[in-house]
Amino acid sequence: MARVVLSGDLGRRFAGGEVEIRVSGSNVLRLIKALEERYPGIADVLESDAMAVAIDGIVYQDAMLEDVGEESEVYFLPAIRGGR
Amino acid sequence: MTYEPKNLRVVGTRPIRHDGADKVTGRANYASDFTLPGMLWGRVLRSPHAHTRVISINTDKARALPGVKAVITGADLTLPPPGITQAGESAINTQHLAKNLLARDKVFYDGHPVAAVAAISEAIAQQALGLIEVVYEVLPHVIDVDEAMRDDAPLLHDDLFTEGVEPKPEKPSNIAKRIFVGKGDIAKGFAEADIVIERSFTTKAVHQGYIEPQGVVANYAEDGQAMVWCSSQGQFLIRDLCITMLGMEASSLKVIPAEIGGGFGGKTTVYLEPLALMLSKAAGRPVKLTMTRGEVLRATGPHSGSSMTAKIGAMKDGTITTAEVVIKFQAGAFPGSPVGAAVMFCSAPYDIPNLSITGYDVVVNIPKIHAYRAPGAPNGAFAFETVLDELARELKMDPIDFRAKNSAVEGSKSPYGPTHGPIGGIECLSSAKNHPHYKANLGPNQGRGVASGFWINIGGQSAATVVVNRDGTISLVEGCPDIGGTRASLAMMCAEVLGIVAEKVRPSIVDTTAIAFNDVTGGSRVTFATGIAVVQATEDAVRQMRERAAKMWDIEVDQVGWRDGAAQELNGNRSLTISQIAQKAAKTGGQIMGHASINAHGAGPSLTTHLCDVEVDRETGKITILRYTTFQDAGKAVHPSYVEGQMQGGAAQGIGWALNEEYIHDAQGRLENAGFLDYRMPVASDLPMIDAVIIEVPNPNHPFGVRGVGEAPIVPPLAAIANAIYDATGVRMRDLPFSPPKVLAALEAAGKAKANG
Amino acid sequence: MAKSHVSTTVNGDPVEFLCDAPETMLDVLRNTLGLTGTKEGCGTGDCGACSIIVDGRVVCGCLMLAVEATGKQVTTIEGIGAPDRLHPVQQAFLEDAALQCGFCTPGFIVAAKALLDRNPDPSETEIRYWLAGNLCRCTGYDKIVRAVQHAAAEMKGQPA
Repeated sequence: MARVVLSGDLGRRFAGGEVEIRVSGSNVLRLIKALEERYPGIADVLESDAMAVAIDGIVYQDAMLEDVGEESEVYFLPAIRGGR
Repeated sequence: MTYEPKNLRVVGTRPIRHDGADKVTGRANYASDFTLPGMLWGRVLRSPHAHTRVISINTDKARALPGVKAVITGADLTLPPPGITQAGESAINTQHLAKNLLARDKVFYDGHPVAAVAAISEAIAQQALGLIEVVYEVLPHVIDVDEAMRDDAPLLHDDLFTEGVEPKPEKPSNIAKRIFVGKGDIAKGFAEADIVIERSFTTKAVHQGYIEPQGVVANYAEDGQAMVWCSSQGQFLIRDLCITMLGMEASSLKVIPAEIGGGFGGKTTVYLEPLALMLSKAAGRPVKLTMTRGEVLRATGPHSGSSMTAKIGAMKDGTITTAEVVIKFQAGAFPGSPVGAAVMFCSAPYDIPNLSITGYDVVVNIPKIHAYRAPGAPNGAFAFETVLDELARELKMDPIDFRAKNSAVEGSKSPYGPTHGPIGGIECLSSAKNHPHYKANLGPNQGRGVASGFWINIGGQSAATVVVNRDGTISLVEGCPDIGGTRASLAMMCAEVLGIVAEKVRPSIVDTTAIAFNDVTGGSRVTFATGIAVVQATEDAVRQMRERAAKMWDIEVDQVGWRDGAAQELNGNRSLTISQIAQKAAKTGGQIMGHASINAHGAGPSLTTHLCDVEVDRETGKITILRYTTFQDAGKAVHPSYVEGQMQGGAAQGIGWALNEEYIHDAQGRLENAGFLDYRMPVASDLPMIDAVIIEVPNPNHPFGVRGVGEAPIVPPLAAIANAIYDATGVRMRDLPFSPPKVLAALEAAGKAKANG
Repeated sequence: MAKSHVSTTVNGDPVEFLCDAPETMLDVLRNTLGLTGTKEGCGTGDCGACSIIVDGRVVCGCLMLAVEATGKQVTTIEGIGAPDRLHPVQQAFLEDAALQCGFCTPGFIVAAKALLDRNPDPSETEIRYWLAGNLCRCTGYDKIVRAVQHAAAEMKGQPA
């Protein structure tokens, strides 16, 4: 099960602060599905263009099918996109 | 693709760039160098007010002027459905973009377009603008970011409610968004600190300052097929924004990339292209629209002015325990400043356990902010790195040693979450410490400043096609406009994989109908991301050439290797060169073409440290840059001359930002310095040689170890110069720019304080 | 408004054109004569992208009225170097990577050639002040100054 960290705004909004949780899902799509079960509404945020994901330190601006390992560290973070 | 050390013969050398001869002879065609038969000239009418309601626009007299062929206003541009278009390091809200292209019921800044005209000559078009009657109701305006956040500030948008605060606000405000990055416990961090320093900083809006103004030639045919020729950082982005604005199909619009005369992020959106298409459609003839320099400064994306407070705590041994930073950015007329990057990266060169960094995105009455080289990061670094300098002095530590002690390294957690892979922060610092510059003597009124910077870099979508010609030369087809030498770096990587010289590879940057989608030239991504596409496309071509050789030799393909531009029989002496394979290609299956279309990930962050020596003229307040050295991790410099060029150019831009550049508005909110005489960018006599020391810590996610290099160099100069001024004078400058009147005033105030003290 | 008739010499060739009184030499070079190598960056004489040589002096094409060209010798970037051989300043710009986007480059090459025509051995300071009327936003000027030094050495027949 991957280690998913919800930090910053995301942690505050869905978990009342930064949390590190174990989530099963072998790719980003499946991981988000699992997170949605625990934190309803989070999938919309994570799947939006405003978010990127970092898997084991590598930042993906548009991840969906990327593999997530059993021991992977996963962060969701704001995409490096200034304007809206 | 992953990095593997190899013996390189092309990558790392300095061949002459492929587009060089065109560019030193004036033959290269930029946006406004293009004309079409029957072409009309367009001009744009702009608001002279910073914030108004538009009561009415009457274009009858302009339409009646002989020679005028089309007039358009906001009423002619249907508001597109809500949506976001990705633009490299920006994201563009399509409805805001439409309102920015042509004002509808409201004008949000001096220079906001309200109408456009096409006529048979530029003079008639200009005359027609004077005949358009606009009735404005002028409203109070606000430009300063702190003022715009006050409850009683003039409100730009009555439907704007702050995102990112709970509960959701009931009243609209100018604060579009609040964002937060943090970890650990800052209260604990400050309790552990022996020294805490808290300071506030301000910066003014600055412009990208590309020398080529925006320009476009558009042709919209009766059957709905259209063509745009323009200078941009990405022809696909221009296409996507234009079709969204005009409700067109992607296949109906061909965008041809002109050479681009600088962009620095500013050419990752549209200002003129949709207007030129609309005018062309209305007139039934091609239309050319270009901006004057005044229009560029008044109406294209400046970078945010900002107001920041940084509070940092450290222990006596130099360990930074915590940082609390608040950063407020001007967003311009519509939400969307790069404050997020300032928040995520201001502390990113360091590994700090407790962090709280909050950002505010604030609309004000200046043009919509657009990306500018490492968007947002220089502001944040200015505040952070200046406080670090104060801490180092309080701790009596060398500023480089202090930074090195707290430096982020491979395995440390970044402020924005993920764990760093290999990064070159320590390598830059130690290289700076050991450089002769750091040990050189300084004279009276001279000082030395140090600052570091971080930029994350991006990957993104890129495509490349490698066509093998009969004579063994290669046509490399790609889709990223070349701003700083990327034709050369991409061709060199192709040549390296093939085992031939770079001159045998001819790169072309093609239009939107001739290659798959490419993200913009931005985010320091082309040599990294398009480089991966080029390497994959070249490997695809090599694989096909091995297959053809295997067929010609009638052996299995796994018995064929590739070396020095030729297929080699592994268990024999036979070899076939590229041209020998290509000449038989018609008989073995047709011309060989390698292809790749990818979304690249794993752009390694680039770290950098700058050393700056200044001399302060105590009588005039003028700062002279005596010596400047930049140290930066490039991962691998494919063409070192153009990597040095990025480092030198970014440093020079940062020096201009630090010393002179600023948007100056009058009491009515009109830009007072909308020209290069008064918007004072550095000239040759302002600068010394800028030494560029390239550090190479390979990026594991690129076949040659490449990291982006273009943006990081603009991050440290603001603080490096502020710290150097302090070293020279004992005076801390915290409000940009450090122009002579401000420096003089600060020196005099310090002198008085000393006399009174 | 009646147009003015102008006879002049551009890059050694006799040239005649008609222009309106307010038209600048830059307008005529680019829009009438098709010489688009001379660029417009500001239109106010501040950036030097439109640098041309008129009777041996560097001027901004945007600050010169086209009618003023009457009887003058005008050299633009298109008139520098030969089809079979680049001018040493052009060659040095290529070898020394003294351009990035290339938009300011024609203006710099015109101005640098004019400098070396009158001062074959300029100091770094002289080069920097001579070129202070030409804006480059990409390079930070380092490689441009080195290329001019390099070209000066080449033109004197010395190895750089």
